[in-house]
Amino acid sequence: MRYDVERLAEIARRVRYNALYMITKAGSGHPGGSLSAVDIMVTLYFNIMRYRVEDPFWEDRDRFILSKGHACPALYAIFYELGIIKKEELDTLRKPGSRLQGHPDVKRLPWAEFSSGSLGQGLSFAVGVALAGKIDKKDYYTFVLLGDGESQEGQVWEAAMSARKFRLNNLIGITDRNGLQIDGETESVMPIDPLADKWRAFGWNVLEIDGHNFSQIISAIEKAKESKESPTMIIAHTIKGKGVSFMENVVDFHGKAPSPKEWELASVELGGDSVE
Amino acid sequence: MNKLAMRDVYGETLLELGKLYPNLIVLDADVSKSTKTISFAKAFPDRFFDVGIAEANLMGISAGIASTGKIVFASTFSVFASGRAYDQVRQSIAYPNRNVKIVATHCGVTAGEDGAMHQAFEDIALMRSIPNMRVIAPSDGIEAKKVIKKIVELPGPFYVRLARPATPVIFDESYDFELGKGTILREGKDGVIVACGIMTYIALESAEILLRDGIDIGVVSMSSIKPIDVELISSLSKNYKYIFSCEDHSIIGGLGSAIGEVLPPTEAKLVRIGINDEFGDSGKFEELLKFYKLDPLSIAEKVREVILNDRI
Repeated sequence: MRYDVERLAEIARRVRYNALYMITKAGSGHPGGSLSAVDIMVTLYFNIMRYRVEDPFWEDRDRFILSKGHACPALYAIFYELGIIKKEELDTLRKPGSRLQGHPDVKRLPWAEFSSGSLGQGLSFAVGVALAGKIDKKDYYTFVLLGDGESQEGQVWEAAMSARKFRLNNLIGITDRNGLQIDGETESVMPIDPLADKWRAFGWNVLEIDGHNFSQIISAIEKAKESKESPTMIIAHTIKGKGVSFMENVVDFHGKAPSPKEWELASVELGGDSVE
Repeated sequence: MNKLAMRDVYGETLLELGKLYPNLIVLDADVSKSTKTISFAKAFPDRFFDVGIAEANLMGISAGIASTGKIVFASTFSVFASGRAYDQVRQSIAYPNRNVKIVATHCGVTAGEDGAMHQAFEDIALMRSIPNMRVIAPSDGIEAKKVIKKIVELPGPFYVRLARPATPVIFDESYDFELGKGTILREGKDGVIVACGIMTYIALESAEILLRDGIDIGVVSMSSIKPIDVELISSLSKNYKYIFSCEDHSIIGGLGSAIGEVLPPTEAKLVRIGINDEFGDSGKFEELLKFYKLDPLSIAEKVREVILNDRI
């Protein structure tokens, strides 16, 4: 799929709507970090990545690993756009037996690639996937989306070190730099800046973009693909809760579902579900 | 007596399997000389990856490679494989049922002089409680080889616990390891010791000592701790008045606990012999066996005490 920016924007709007719908219906979940990551994920699935919806195990597919697993409502809403998830399934988020678990379950939903949820583990897994691609001389790319707070986990840096050692230029990381985590601003909870310098020091290519600008996301990934030896980290500056005025940059919406009244307001702002 | 070190056997077996399975990948975390994965590394440099001192990353990368259809062996010391990387084993490997074989060496007291910091007496308990994970503690070098050759064919995660030093060989080459099956090594009348890992040969020596005192004890090797041989345990409970579990692991959550969980309500009494909720200590592994009363004499003494006390 190579949708143009206009079409990406329309899909992103619907994905935001459905992600928030699911969370509201479930009565719990993580709206803030789901909404901040939507534009990045939509760009990957509808402009960048090579995959076959009907064959999630196709060995030449590009892989997307959502390391910040709590943003899975955005992933599920994308899967809904792709027809992997049916309309009535959107009402089952976080319910017993559902494919739409509170954090992605790759056994029930193989398109998810990785069962994330314990933060810090996705990049190591992605290193393994990218390394296997090198062993098998495959040309697929491995994309991994990290939360900015997630980079406080030590394992991220173990993985960062190893990605450079193994010269994984087929590995492209994106950090959803929305600046907030549950307890407050990343820079007051546990400072991660200068984040770009840290990744550079670990031998990565680093690019910084506006994570809500589709053209910038696309051109950054194109640039990352030109890398000869190094993995690339794209630091995408985003707004937590992006798209819903009263959620934007509000830390309390990290892990709190909207009330029915808030959903009413948000659904209007998001322009409703125009899928049908 | 012929002796073999399980870790040496592991290294040799990997080398053999590397030729047979082009999709076999081996990872280590800077202890390849000790775990013996180094022989595979030398023979197949394109299929061996050293991740350095980073056990969490070891498990995560292993899971990622396995997700592409490969068989991955990940090795480090048991204390790090089970404890340090517990969350990664649970989330990245076991939950999605990835085809990663964790082969951990220097188990229990066999870490020896390195002391408590390198001795996991909790690894069986930790690994056994994770869904999808299978746990095996081979009883000698021959069985270690058979186990490695068996699990390479069985999809999904395994935790295999190997000893560091050379220990007496119990099985011969005709032995065939079967997952979930124990082996009766010796029949007895007065009771039976069910052992795993290095404690199996020690249990055999204890049985010899006890026989001199007129106590006839059977010995069973229960290397497959999960799944465990429910049928055999059930039949032992019918045939013996006493079942002594024997392990170089905490009596909390290890082999003894696993037996207790499936023991039918019978007359048979289960006595758990192992590490009594303690941390490790420094010393040669034979010294440590004595220190923790897990040497042949101490175990014989314990068994004798239980049986004679009941007779009175």
